Amino acid sequence: MRFAVIEDKLVPAPLLTGDVPTFPISSIDHFREKLPLNPNFIPNPDLKNLLTGKQLLPDDVPHSLEELYAHYENGFLIFRKGLILEKKKARCRRCGNSDPRLFASYPCFRCGEKCLYCRKCLMMGRISACTPLISWREEGDGGLVENGRSPQTGRSSGMGPLLQKPSSVSETSHLFESKSAFYESVSSFSKMQPSSSGNQLSVLETQPSASEKGPSKNHLDIGNQPSRSENHPSSEKRASPSQKQPSAPENRLSYSEDKPSGSHDLSPVSLVWDGTLSPGQKAASDKVVEAIAANDELLVWAVCGAGKTEVLFAGIERALKDGKRVCIATPRTDVVLELTPRLKKVFPGIKVASLYGGSEDRHLNAPLTLSTTHQLLRFYKAFDTVILDEVDAFPYTVEEALQHAVRKARKDESAMIYLTATPNRTWQRECRAGKRAYVTIPARYHRHPLPVPRPVWCGNWQKLLGKNKLPANVLKWLNERIAAQKQVLLFVPKIAVLEKILPILRRLHPDIEAVHAEDPDRKEKVHRMRDKKLLMLVTTTILERGVTFPNIDVAVLGAEDRIFTESALVQIAGRAGRSARYPKGDVVFFHYGRTEAMNKARKQILAMNKEAAEKGLIDPEE
Amino acid sequence: MNRICLYCNSEWVPPFSWAVFFTAEVPEYLCPDCKERLERITGKTCGICGRPLEHLDAKYVSGNICYDCVRWEEDPEWKGVLRENRSLYLYNAFLKELISRFKFRGDYALAKAFAEDVKQAVNRLDYDVLAPIPLSGERHYERGFNQSEALLVEAGFKPAPLLERIHGEKQSKKSRTERIRLKQVFRVKKEADVAGKKILLVDDIYTTGSTLRHAAKALKEAGARSVSSFTLARG
Repeated sequence: MRFAVIEDKLVPAPLLTGDVPTFPISSIDHFREKLPLNPNFIPNPDLKNLLTGKQLLPDDVPHSLEELYAHYENGFLIFRKGLILEKKKARCRRCGNSDPRLFASYPCFRCGEKCLYCRKCLMMGRISACTPLISWREEGDGGLVENGRSPQTGRSSGMGPLLQKPSSVSETSHLFESKSAFYESVSSFSKMQPSSSGNQLSVLETQPSASEKGPSKNHLDIGNQPSRSENHPSSEKRASPSQKQPSAPENRLSYSEDKPSGSHDLSPVSLVWDGTLSPGQKAASDKVVEAIAANDELLVWAVCGAGKTEVLFAGIERALKDGKRVCIATPRTDVVLELTPRLKKVFPGIKVASLYGGSEDRHLNAPLTLSTTHQLLRFYKAFDTVILDEVDAFPYTVEEALQHAVRKARKDESAMIYLTATPNRTWQRECRAGKRAYVTIPARYHRHPLPVPRPVWCGNWQKLLGKNKLPANVLKWLNERIAAQKQVLLFVPKIAVLEKILPILRRLHPDIEAVHAEDPDRKEKVHRMRDKKLLMLVTTTILERGVTFPNIDVAVLGAEDRIFTESALVQIAGRAGRSARYPKGDVVFFHYGRTEAMNKARKQILAMNKEAAEKGLIDPEE
Repeated sequence: MNRICLYCNSEWVPPFSWAVFFTAEVPEYLCPDCKERLERITGKTCGICGRPLEHLDAKYVSGNICYDCVRWEEDPEWKGVLRENRSLYLYNAFLKELISRFKFRGDYALAKAFAEDVKQAVNRLDYDVLAPIPLSGERHYERGFNQSEALLVEAGFKPAPLLERIHGEKQSKKSRTERIRLKQVFRVKKEADVAGKKILLVDDIYTTGSTLRHAAKALKEAGARSVSSFTLARG
């Protein structure tokens, strides 16, 4: 889409009359993203619900361009550039990408120019140089939003409330024209295409009567009359009412049932949980409550298996009681899926939105949101409290994009809780220097110390693998476990090694499987391991987190590989001794040259055990 | 120098050999792992639609023509409308993913990954004019570009917009019978000069052949001497 700028104000090309130069939004140096709020304008609550705290592309918003523009003109909507083009360098406003290799350009049908687009967040909908990002004005910003609202009537019926078109639209109507280029009118949801005919201006003016026909159809009636343009002969819409009309209210229901947190009529929030916290958990939980109440940042540094989730309950309850919107974000979909039922169970009175690629809660505006960090890219200044799980889970570059997503999703005044078992070097340093607020849970809930890994030199294991052999001490260690029927989780650095070693291991025992990230049978294999149908599971680093087998020994072969960072090794060691029944487990790093990462991982675990002992969080060994 | 794969983003180093000094460098956009997952169509194919006959049950083959094409050719309305189709790759899971990202997600850059193969294949075919299958205006707006045109442009060709769509519902939502029974969806543009020309239609996928045959029919009726087609994938 192209825009003109008239008195610092954006005007979309299809709504222009007369000859005014137009540009792709990213090429416009200066315009006002946000206009002064008009208290007499009555915004569409569905649009508000959809856009509050979000940053969406026009294609994600099933409302007509006219309606969107009226909301912008009256100060309710914000239009921002999707891409920022600086001298020679482009930056994506949604995902923060500025790697020139992850941009490409194409001859764009929408703006008619060679248009740059971001390939990094492409899967969330393409952002190009001519794409605006659309958001709702922040809650409380301008203070007039609530005053300007009409009493909401249609709510209990489950239908969208009545919508009245403000008179102020007609003041701006000189800009409107019944033009034909209606691909431009932001209507990618073709089922939302209206069948109305006639001049759109008159339709706008007769809104009130239109709204009498049916409370939730209003925006359908605006604009988009079928018309032909020379270039696009097929523009006539096959607007068979039978196909389109019924789907529209359905669609709207999903938004309008759930008022955004702004409406502050939250049902009484109560935590339903009768578990008890260990003293370590309790101390952390208190700190979390404090940080959330004060909109502070806090790092919860909890050892693997400490019971992090329970530590959050009190803080979440506090935030919800204060009418705050809470988000728990994690890099992994598995975690979202696992946490959702747990949180729904302990907060039965509220709606919980669960967001991951392909989830159905995409438009659910809930007080408590569980989201993959990736899905956070659609949010903009949405949350009062963000809890970020496994901050360190991905390599640095990915982490950067993730932090960008999180920063954008937070409100300016908001609390931020980081959870991790393995903060990176910088964070550890900041904690020690007193520059970062943090709390540790140095011990597991079962009051046993963490198993301490043993680095063991095993010579040139790769060369031996080449001859279909294993290092003698590795073989011995494995044979001992096999003899004792003790389950083993064996980590290797690469998929290639995985494939090489599996047949060798199967000569020792048949019940051995290998699993890696792209393995389609991943879930099934992990399941068989959990059911004790497998004696050994060989894996790359994907299983370093989250996976819990009750009674296992853990080994790494090739622990000197770069991929085994300090935090990866701490996580790997953290797989052992998780359950109260089997709190111990052997952890061995078989290596061909000891690395700093191994030493640091070992030191970190020893330090946690020491701290736990000093604080009386573990019982003395018998 | 390290390259970055257009599909999986991994970096790889192209193997070094003396050929580097003697031959013009052919840019590679996919890493060897991804490239390998593309399956070129080789061996015996249907004389009309270009479908590999190798894995097809003998009862679905008549001479060197597949049963589908036999059915088309038996219908006097469609006989000889499409002279022949040639496709580059099998429409396997990987290509499906690639094409879906290319056209539905709008990742235009992926056209480059096919450019070299498209160029060589099209150059071997006999034609006067290259005509990409057009999109409806609405679809074109939604995607931002026409994928068939993109394939040609990135391979260095100059496509001619001979056709336009009359009405444009998504083909992929329809069954074969529905597609065949459909009334004409294309017409030849007023200004297009097709009389006596050998035309090569270009599309991303050949599935039932209905789209290409409808386009071919419109062109034949407008006086084209012959119409063949080229597609990236054979479904």
